[in-house]
Amino acid sequence: MKAFIGFVRKEFYHIVRDYRTLLVLFGMPVAQMLIFGFVISTEIRNVNIAIYDQSNDVYTRQITDRLISSGYFRLYQRIRSPEQIRQAFRSGKVKEVVVYEPDFAGKLLRNGLANVQIIADASDANQAHMMVGYTSEILFSCMAAWNKNAPLPATIQVKPRMLYNENLSSAYMFVPGTMAMILMLICTLMTSISIVREKETGSMEVLLASPLRPFQIIGGKVVPYIILSLVNAISVIFLGVFVFGVPVHGSLLLLLFECLLYISLALSIGIFISTVTSSQQLALFLSMLILMLPTILLSGFIFPVESMPAILQWICHLMPPKYFITILKDIMLKGTGIDTVWLETLVLLGMTVLFFAISIRRFQIRLHQ
Amino acid sequence: MQRILFIIRKEFLQIFRNRFMVPIIFVVPLVQLIILVNAATLEMKNIRITIVDNDNSSLSRGLSDHIVHSPFFIHVPQKGNNLNQVMRSMEKDKTDVILIFPDRFSRTLHQNRPADLQLLINAINGMKAGITSSYIAQIVRNYLASAVNELAGSSSAQPGIRVQQISASPLYWYNPELNYKIFMVPAILVILVTLTGALLAGLNLVREKEMGTIEQINVTPIGKFEFLAGKLIPFLIIALAELAFGLAMGKILFHIPILGSLLLLVGVVVVYLILVQSFSLLISTVSNTQQQAMFLIFFFMLIFIMTSGIFTPVESMPELAQKLDWLNPVFYLMKMIRMILLKGSILRDILPYLIPMSFYAAVMFLIAVRAYRKTA
Repeated sequence: MKAFIGFVRKEFYHIVRDYRTLLVLFGMPVAQMLIFGFVISTEIRNVNIAIYDQSNDVYTRQITDRLISSGYFRLYQRIRSPEQIRQAFRSGKVKEVVVYEPDFAGKLLRNGLANVQIIADASDANQAHMMVGYTSEILFSCMAAWNKNAPLPATIQVKPRMLYNENLSSAYMFVPGTMAMILMLICTLMTSISIVREKETGSMEVLLASPLRPFQIIGGKVVPYIILSLVNAISVIFLGVFVFGVPVHGSLLLLLFECLLYISLALSIGIFISTVTSSQQLALFLSMLILMLPTILLSGFIFPVESMPAILQWICHLMPPKYFITILKDIMLKGTGIDTVWLETLVLLGMTVLFFAISIRRFQIRLHQ
Repeated sequence: MQRILFIIRKEFLQIFRNRFMVPIIFVVPLVQLIILVNAATLEMKNIRITIVDNDNSSLSRGLSDHIVHSPFFIHVPQKGNNLNQVMRSMEKDKTDVILIFPDRFSRTLHQNRPADLQLLINAINGMKAGITSSYIAQIVRNYLASAVNELAGSSSAQPGIRVQQISASPLYWYNPELNYKIFMVPAILVILVTLTGALLAGLNLVREKEMGTIEQINVTPIGKFEFLAGKLIPFLIIALAELAFGLAMGKILFHIPILGSLLLLVGVVVVYLILVQSFSLLISTVSNTQQQAMFLIFFFMLIFIMTSGIFTPVESMPELAQKLDWLNPVFYLMKMIRMILLKGSILRDILPYLIPMSFYAAVMFLIAVRAYRKTA
């Protein structure tokens, strides 16, 4: 036992000595959460538009005013000729052009119908879709204001209620996602590299010749990372709760238990990678390619899984982070208990046992045979 | 000059001797392009909807049909009769949206009063919820316009008062089908070029340090400028080859438009590569091990890529972050590659981005060269 504690201490020194990597490990989740929380958003805000007003009357000016004062749009330029529309888009400054037909007011008063053309730069399809939606909404509100005396025929008011997340805060997505990513990063990547490095530099031989048992060596390698990742997980939850107002509706104990389960799974994958590779670069590459990219992309963290092609959805079901993120969301946001997440928990447990079993079978006490 | 050529030759020999290198350079990007473009989609499809129809009139059934048959939604039949059971299926994540028709829905409409339609959305993914709600609103608006005749019979609207209507017709330029992949392919190309150009080049330099072979080079008469140029040029060439490869794949697999001049694009990418390579050179100068360099580069790249406007508009970011983006190398290329490929922008259009980027690249290169020491 004393030898084991001594070994854990040695590992801690190794980790703490490399302060740059440590800084990145703790800085990465914080930076990522701050960027997701405060910097990027998919809302439409202050988008530059251009107006091609061929009529320039009271009505068109009123629409333009409403568009600009809505907060969604900012008037970047007034266009005088059709050729300028293409130029405006090509310069990349303008995302939407609103065109009023000539004699707008006249047609509105005489025929009761006037035309507006909304041209959107659809190279970003989602943004274009939303811009057109907001513009039509504003046009509709203008119309309602002009027709106060003649109420428009039957209307249906859609009353959406946003469950679990009334303010549509994006923190509800990125807090669980960041957690899944950072735990995977520390446990899998760091563990596999640190074991492989001993192999690569030849110090593994010294360790194997020492009175320490193989499982003590692996255990000693793993313990510091468990502590590191628990600290990281708790700090991510803290940031989420106190800075971004993400609730923890469910049981905190269950949450921590699931975190531990996921950490052991990630560690078992890390140990598995270290048993199949012999160089740091390869271990890095395997962890990076097999784990990091899928964690970010195929876990439903940023991109919704159900929009992907069927094959990718199948691959998604093989990704541990997907189950962990589902569990986190259920416990934190919906406040459900083990009765809802038992299946996901079992899947994680099964994967952990599987990887540990393979690693134990593959772990060799002799370096060369 | 001849010395640079020797270094370049040495690098190429070393790169291609490693049997992992060729797949890393050519197979991995292809796989990434296919997976990333298909996975990185913010296109909302297959939203699961459950409809609770307490009205069961021809109007409510008609509207339900329109929603269920739109390409965005998949109908999940209602389980159980009361709302609690339906809510339970939302909790179990069997459905994303519940649409509830109140029992007097069609009667209210026939009386020409506004009728309510209750929509319960799982909003944990806030953006998806917002888009879902706007899809439904759009379908309802269109349905109402087509059902006007049916309603008109019973409507009490007076024909005497003229209604003033605006007809708004949207046009989606450059991408009429609103295909999200066209938007993502150039972005993925940027990531691929950055990873090979910058990450591999940076790691390569640190490896020489870690293995100790850098001392052998340090004692040769090669100047440090020659050495650095010789180190960077091979990866620049590989990154350009990858760009060409990726563009061809994008054209074949995803039919992305290439409207602008390819020559211009190559020029822009070369300047960009000088910038990011200098950047990773700087990082590898201050790191001692590949692991350190890898983590540092990964850290910066993550921040750069996320704030580059890759899938969220730059204009939606706070003012300060938008100003800081002028220090973000990825932002420049992300902007320019999409302008050139998707909109056919010409040199004059991209100058406001190209000039600052060239200046930035020159400064970074000088800093990187100065920071590099030939002594151990």
